Amino acid sequence: MKNKFFSIFIIFAFISVFIIFYKGLQDTNLYTPETKINNEIPSFSAELFYSNKIVNSSEIFELNKFYLLNIWSSWCIPCRQEHSLLMDLTKNKNIEVIGINYKDTKINAKNFLNEFGNPYEKIIFDKDGTKAIEWGAFGVPESFLIYNNKIKKKYIGPLNNKIIKEIRFTVK
Amino acid sequence: MKILKLFFIIFFIFSFNHLKANNEIMKSKITKNLRCLICQGQSVYDSDSEFANSLKVLVDKKLNEGLSEKQIYSYFKDKYGEWILYDPELNKNTYILWLLPILIFLIGGAIISKSFIIKKK
Repeated sequence: MKNKFFSIFIIFAFISVFIIFYKGLQDTNLYTPETKINNEIPSFSAELFYSNKIVNSSEIFELNKFYLLNIWSSWCIPCRQEHSLLMDLTKNKNIEVIGINYKDTKINAKNFLNEFGNPYEKIIFDKDGTKAIEWGAFGVPESFLIYNNKIKKKYIGPLNNKIIKEIRFTVK
Repeated sequence: MKILKLFFIIFFIFSFNHLKANNEIMKSKITKNLRCLICQGQSVYDSDSEFANSLKVLVDKKLNEGLSEKQIYSYFKDKYGEWILYDPELNKNTYILWLLPILIFLIGGAIISKSFIIKKK
């Protein structure tokens, strides 16, 4: 009796271990940091790309207005893909696009903007990548939808038509 | 007088070096405990990705600003979540992780001691 109980227990244990590991196989093991929605935007001082002026973040973002903060770089290939979508978005008057130029040289960035157009109202120059960290970003491209100094949404990776549609719907 | 001056200069250089070295040790300690989010499974210390390099710069900056180790950890935790730390803190999400080994150890000990007591009888 005891033996039978023991073998059933062993089989049960093996099956449960198998199920746990099998489920685990299908889980993605890439972690993306959780986005805290409605989080206050970080306050920091930064250098502006064209004017070289040092400004505070509170001077860039006004209340009662939608902003799309886009982290980009001239060396980043996906940024080229999403650039036309950003250019399209500038036609919408309800939203302003702000750029963070991530770990780039000014010459390359300027060439990039001359070639593809400049959708950005203002560009923050982030030479050593520390400003992007303030935002909790870890790569390029990344975009944040901001309203009333709060982060409403975070998009990791290049923007696509679906996201743009969602943004348009939100800012309407 | 000249010797005194020289002595002071040497003293200053050495004390400065000491400060710098302390910061370096602290920096490597902190970056070893931060997970690189680009090349997951590597620490920021080991990694040479763009993200890790920026993080190293920022850790340096924060140390120079006089922030303590704990404050720096909580700063990064605030930005990226608990995952960025290799050494998770004890809280309501991680108490199983911390307490389960102790529990298993105690249960195992209880089983062993029980079997010993039975044998003795």
